[in-house]
Amino acid sequence: MMNTRILHIATNTFREAVRDRVLYNLIAFALLMSAAAVLVGQISIQIERLVVINLGLTAVSLFGIVIAIFIGIGLVSKEIDKRTLYTVLSRPVRRWEFIAGKFFGLSGTLVVNTFFMAIGVFAALAYVSHHFERSDVGILVALYFIILQFVIITALALFFSSFSTPIFSAIFAFWLFVIGSFAQDLRNFAAMAHGTTGLLATGAAYLIPNFSALNVISQVAHGEPVPHRLILLNTAYVLVYSAAVLSGAVLIFERRNLK
Amino acid sequence: MIRSRQVTAIASTILVCSMASAALLLHKVDQVPPAATLQQMLYISSPKLLKRLCLGYEGLLADIYWTRTVQYFGGKHSQGGGTYKLLWPLLNITTQLDPHLIPAYEFGGTFLTAKQPEGAGDPGKAIELVQYGTQNNPDNWRLYYDLAFIYYDQKDYRHAAEAFLRGSQLPNTHPFLKIMAAQMAQHGGDLETARMMWSATYRTTHDKMIQANATAHLRAIQVNEDVTALERLVQAWRDRTGHFPGTFTEMVSSGWMRGIPLDPLRHPYRLEYGGRVVVSNPDDLPFLDKGLPIGHIPSAVPKLSPAN
Repeated sequence: MMNTRILHIATNTFREAVRDRVLYNLIAFALLMSAAAVLVGQISIQIERLVVINLGLTAVSLFGIVIAIFIGIGLVSKEIDKRTLYTVLSRPVRRWEFIAGKFFGLSGTLVVNTFFMAIGVFAALAYVSHHFERSDVGILVALYFIILQFVIITALALFFSSFSTPIFSAIFAFWLFVIGSFAQDLRNFAAMAHGTTGLLATGAAYLIPNFSALNVISQVAHGEPVPHRLILLNTAYVLVYSAAVLSGAVLIFERRNLK
Repeated sequence: MIRSRQVTAIASTILVCSMASAALLLHKVDQVPPAATLQQMLYISSPKLLKRLCLGYEGLLADIYWTRTVQYFGGKHSQGGGTYKLLWPLLNITTQLDPHLIPAYEFGGTFLTAKQPEGAGDPGKAIELVQYGTQNNPDNWRLYYDLAFIYYDQKDYRHAAEAFLRGSQLPNTHPFLKIMAAQMAQHGGDLETARMMWSATYRTTHDKMIQANATAHLRAIQVNEDVTALERLVQAWRDRTGHFPGTFTEMVSSGWMRGIPLDPLRHPYRLEYGGRVVVSNPDDLPFLDKGLPIGHIPSAVPKLSPAN
């Protein structure tokens, strides 16, 4: 049962995001999917379904990551700048509850956003192929993994936001996303390296978030099944990793001098 | 208030006029012949680098590269063909980014195999491409069929038979692959084998373009057979009478034929000087080996009539 104070902060964060016209990206997404659905059959050969799935899921992922980073980095600093944080913390709200509430609020916004974009993907798919296939269930799995990506990015943006300026937070979060997309390569490099380099590379490979395992877009676009084990392990990984990052954010924020 | 309206009116007018002028200027810019064709170069030619740069979204990038390949081939083809320098790099990038993109192998193999100016005329690369496809999609029998077809096109009947045989051993394969393997091993160069190949191509696809291509080849085979048979008949007439018939009407009225022979598009065959049998509308019947009027130059872009 979620603490009511966290719930209030989360609800307010969601409302604020909606008020900031975050969901306007859905219009851009709808236009993109409509254009893709209509045009792709005319400019390419035999990849209508593939393009709709690949483009749709990639757009869901990138739109969400951009929102997660740019809203996430301002979650703490904006409250400090507007001095609303002092009002919140003067009430019986603990700092960790504030961080947790912000995290759940932004994650909730992204889930709602993804839900509407998923409707767009399926609508475009229905338009292009006139029917759904059994393997299209995989698209739901890919969407779930994309939400897991957002959860990590939100946690990271919040972490950086707890001690850094918005611009640096954005740079750090974005670079961690880029490096995390190369997680598999880094792990391969670590396996080949020896001595101190090997140890450092292995440490880095386990420290950075693994976004490559959360990207199954190409796989589901070809109707290939995603193993249940991967779904379970990825879920557990994201929960544990996000908990670790949020704990780091709480630790820093608890000690931060807000005067 | 009035001033505000004036500003709105002036800004709106400038906006509309500027946008219209920009569109007009862009149209003019498009008409200026480029010094170097941008289409003729790839900024990044390494598939590995592209795979790294796309941050895991290689599926979408492969689709974009495949669309670019189709646009490149279609654009050059409609302009009368050429050397297709970028075709192989584009196909290589596409399939390295997404090794499961089956249309890239199927159509790419055809684009690469077709002789210039209709295609790149590079069957070696076509074989390399489709073999890469079979390695990454070992359960897809169509790729073995496509591979066999490329070998068949090169008159390499032994490898064609091998590819058919490998395809026939897959689960969920099409039964005709086994028949084709045997037919290819025994009668590789026969017209009947060619007919079987194109008929099978027609039957096993829903793609209208592939069906039209298969139909055009089947019509060409039919014309080859018709012309061979008719010229034999004309020769027999000559042996009997000592001269070639002037027209087919002459042969019909003498009882040698029941009617004027028609090509697969229901146009009458014509008899030319020296007993040569030719088709009336050669542009409507691409891929002909026989039956072309003397001096006829085939169109660079084959006219593919709708399949029926």
